[in-house]
Amino acid sequence: MRVDVIMPQMGESIAEGTLTRWLKKPGDKVARDEPIFEISTDKVDAEIPSPAAGTLVEIKVQEGQTVPINVVVAQIETEAGAAAGAGKAAAQPEGPKAAPEGAKAAPAAQAPAAKQPPAASAKPAVPAGGGSDGRDRAPQAEAPAAPSAPASWGPGPSASREIPKASSLAGSGSTVDDLRRVRSSPVVRKIAQEHHVDISRLAGTGVSGRVTKKDILAAIEGGAATAARAAGAPDRSASPAPAAAAASRSSAPAPVYAPGQRSSIVPMTAMRKKIAEHMIASRRTSAHVTTVFEVDMSRVMRLREEHKQAFQERHGVKLTPTPFMVRAAVEALKAFPEINASIEGDNVVYKKDMNIGIAVALDWGLIVPVLKHADDLSLSGIAKAVADLAERARTKKLSPDDVQGGTFTITNPGIFGSLFGTPIISQPQVAILGVGVIEKRVVVVQDAIGIRPMVFLALSFDHRLIDGAVADQFMAHIKATLEQGKFAEIV
Amino acid sequence: MRRCLHAYAGRVGYAEAADLQERCARLLKDGGTVERLLLLEHPPVITLGRNARSADVLHDEATLESLGVAVHETNRGGQVTYHGPGQLVGYPILDLSPDRRDVARYLRDLEEVLIRTLSQFGVTAGRAPGLTGVWVGPEKIASLGVHLSRWVTTHGFALNVNTDLSRFGLIVPCGLRGAAVTSMQRLLGRTLPLEEVAAAIVPVFGEVFGREMAPGSPPVAPAAAPALTEVA
Repeated sequence: MRVDVIMPQMGESIAEGTLTRWLKKPGDKVARDEPIFEISTDKVDAEIPSPAAGTLVEIKVQEGQTVPINVVVAQIETEAGAAAGAGKAAAQPEGPKAAPEGAKAAPAAQAPAAKQPPAASAKPAVPAGGGSDGRDRAPQAEAPAAPSAPASWGPGPSASREIPKASSLAGSGSTVDDLRRVRSSPVVRKIAQEHHVDISRLAGTGVSGRVTKKDILAAIEGGAATAARAAGAPDRSASPAPAAAAASRSSAPAPVYAPGQRSSIVPMTAMRKKIAEHMIASRRTSAHVTTVFEVDMSRVMRLREEHKQAFQERHGVKLTPTPFMVRAAVEALKAFPEINASIEGDNVVYKKDMNIGIAVALDWGLIVPVLKHADDLSLSGIAKAVADLAERARTKKLSPDDVQGGTFTITNPGIFGSLFGTPIISQPQVAILGVGVIEKRVVVVQDAIGIRPMVFLALSFDHRLIDGAVADQFMAHIKATLEQGKFAEIV
Repeated sequence: MRRCLHAYAGRVGYAEAADLQERCARLLKDGGTVERLLLLEHPPVITLGRNARSADVLHDEATLESLGVAVHETNRGGQVTYHGPGQLVGYPILDLSPDRRDVARYLRDLEEVLIRTLSQFGVTAGRAPGLTGVWVGPEKIASLGVHLSRWVTTHGFALNVNTDLSRFGLIVPCGLRGAAVTSMQRLLGRTLPLEEVAAAIVPVFGEVFGREMAPGSPPVAPAAAPALTEVA
């Protein structure tokens, strides 16, 4: 079996590396983890260990060449022994291998495409960050975080429930043995080899079940009996553990607790770290204040009820409360331009366009595509555009442009039943509107008790630029539109 | 918090120091846990990093030898540099796994250590966009060059404290023709004991890298190598 050797990523901001020296030449035997080439980036020189034991059969990148990360620089033919283990885990990881085998001619260009699982190239891995800085994260997300999609109803840099290491394992044709190997360090493997201990039979107490030095030493001291007991499944051919590990990696990231461990430590993915940084950066940048208004949605719900059938027939999309919210927000933004603005240094930048980021809930999270020029759209235009964005978000057909350039954001924690939240502003915007659940509540109407569909609207605003009075007038404007607006051109 | 042993070793030959680093790194790579910050100065030596061009050494070896300057090829990143008396050299032997596996971040962190240390001495230093190293205005006061193997670091930084700056005239430092170098001595108008600067670096290093710094007996020469086991 041929194993690709790739240009590793040496840091988050590093997109390429220069191969400075081959330490092995074609035909040389290499041990796993033995340094096979050196790369340099900036002022750093690094030895790169071999990903597998075998024979270096082909060098695709010459000394002095600079190539992007994840490009295949060489291939190693592993010893036949690997085949036995390969059968089990091969099914899906083997898929993408076919291409590189077939066409070896243009390594640099084709390699990265072949390496990455198909999901990675799908566009909507773009974060929901309405702001222009969302762009930074988009390309980053592609490489390691295959099935990721933003999640969290925070506006900007959305979270992603991604699966740690999924692609790195899937992409490299992992065998059962490989899965086990990632659970031990080179030292442990060395000790294991010296003492003829089968690591795969040990239950590790380290992070994610890694077999630690202590484990292996204990196993050696306790003899094989202990080792077998620890594993719980002495028959390796039936060994359920690696299979389970593989399965959990491709679905939900349920934490794996090693026996006796009360916690599980998993490094954050690059994307997760970006999100964390972005959230904190927003908190640090803006003086967040949240104001909450309660709005009677009777009028909107009645209009919707009256027109929904005709609307659906005429425009082909459902009439939901969202276009009403957007329209009300746009009207209010026109009246209070400082809310459709941002701060740059000592200047206030007012935005002529009203580009409204709209949170769209997805099965795998949440994304915030941007409704461009919302102020130019009629209610039906907004409805159609929102439906289109939502549909493309769900089918992963958003382009990076679709999630950029927002000037104001509307998020919707209400879909999960939240009354209201205090959303975090998507930088460099200065406000975000959170819409709670619309539900019938008992309210006082003209000194009588009535039942009305009510909603809490929460506006988080940047107090550096926006005074409380302005924020509240903005909200009062929205409330008035929703409660009394004509929405004349509905159908 | 991880523990990092620091020691100021005085003047150590280049090859000897390389050896020392290699042994410390080997222990880490083989499963040891002791990280180190080795601080020392070198006798006059020109070192060629992996990206060095021979044209950047401006004199032949015979001339250099007559000046008492040795030449060494090394496996650090970067190009040509000069080390010599009065220059504080720092060799952190750290394991960047699992949480600091980012070479750019590592370099920026090393720069941060030096910038903060320099500020304690009243020197306002900073970074130059796109260039690695620590700069005071247009002049370079510290150089970096790093080697990584399995995310274990060797080599590190060289800070000009009282360095004889004329020696940089023997080379094109870091491949930057015309780049001026400076030293703390030149900027402050006085000579500082290297040991004093080394002592100032240690706590800052611990702060930036999140390590608990503890003195560790200066690792001894190869002949007496057994002392280099994991005493903490």
